[in-house]
Amino acid sequence: MSLTARHLEANGVPTVVLGSARDIVEHCRVPRFLFVDFPLGNPAGPPYDRVAQREIVEMAVRLLETAPGPETTRRAPHEWPGDPEWRLVYNRIDDKDPAALLAEGARRLNRMAKRPKRIL
Amino acid sequence: MKESKDASLAPVAYMERTRQYYRALGYPSDYRWAANDAAPFTSLAKPLAEARIAVVVTSPPMGDWSDDRPPPKTVWSGSVADAPEALFTLNLAWDKESTHTRDRETYLPLATLGALARSGVIGGLTERFHSVPTVYSHRETLEHDAPAILERVREDRADAALFVPL
Repeated sequence: MSLTARHLEANGVPTVVLGSARDIVEHCRVPRFLFVDFPLGNPAGPPYDRVAQREIVEMAVRLLETAPGPETTRRAPHEWPGDPEWRLVYNRIDDKDPAALLAEGARRLNRMAKRPKRIL
Repeated sequence: MKESKDASLAPVAYMERTRQYYRALGYPSDYRWAANDAAPFTSLAKPLAEARIAVVVTSPPMGDWSDDRPPPKTVWSGSVADAPEALFTLNLAWDKESTHTRDRETYLPLATLGALARSGVIGGLTERFHSVPTVYSHRETLEHDAPAILERVREDRADAALFVPL
C-alpha cells in the first residue's frame, strides 16, 4: 500500500495514506500520512460514528493541500471508543500456549504451500 | 504508574509485535518491511475544493471465499456510484478481537467522501475506487500492482489519491 502511494506520487499524483500502523508506514516513508491510533481495521473512523468518520477523513484529504513536504505525519486526535487496553491485544502471544502457536504456524505454512503461485 | 500508563498509550510497535508473533508460530525467517531513505512529493495542482479524489483500499471483493479458497491477490476496481456494501476482510491481518469491519465506511469511506464533496471540501470522487493487494513480495507491488493502480487513476483523471490500508 505505502509502496503504491509512493509510486503514484513519484509519477505526479499527490497521495495521502490514512492508516493505523504508524511504524510500518513511516518505515516505508510516504509523502503524507494521517495516523489514526485505533485497532487495525477501522482507519477511516470508529464503526457507525459518522461524525468522527467525517472529521478523520476530512483531516486526511486536507493534508493533500496543506502538507509542507514529504513525510508529513499528522495524528487524528480521536481516541478509540472501545476497550482502553486494545493496544495489548493484536498478535499477543504471552497468554497463549506455545505448542498451540507452533501448530497454528504449521497449519498456515501448509496452507500457503498449497496455494497456486500468483500469475502476473 | 504514570510511566507505565504513558508507555501503554504509545503507538503499537507492529513490526516488532509481528516479528515476535511469527517467531512463536515457527516461521523460519522474519518478514522484511519495505524501507526507504526518503519519500517523493508532488504538490496538488489545483485547490482541494476542485480536486477529484481516487480512493485506494487493500481488500478483495466479497465472494464465497474460505481458507482453502482464498480470494485472488489482484488489483481490482469498483464503481463508486454503485458501491458494494462491504468488501471481504476476513483473510486480511487486522485486530479481529478489538473491532469489526461491519461498517464499510471505516475502511472504504465513500459516503463520507461524498458528504465532503457536497459540502465543498473536495471537488468530488472519481467514478471508480481501486484496490491493491497486500503481497509478500515488494517486487510484485513495485513492478506490477503499483503501475496498474497508476494507470487506473490516470484513466479516471484523478487529481489525487486517498489510500486507506486495512
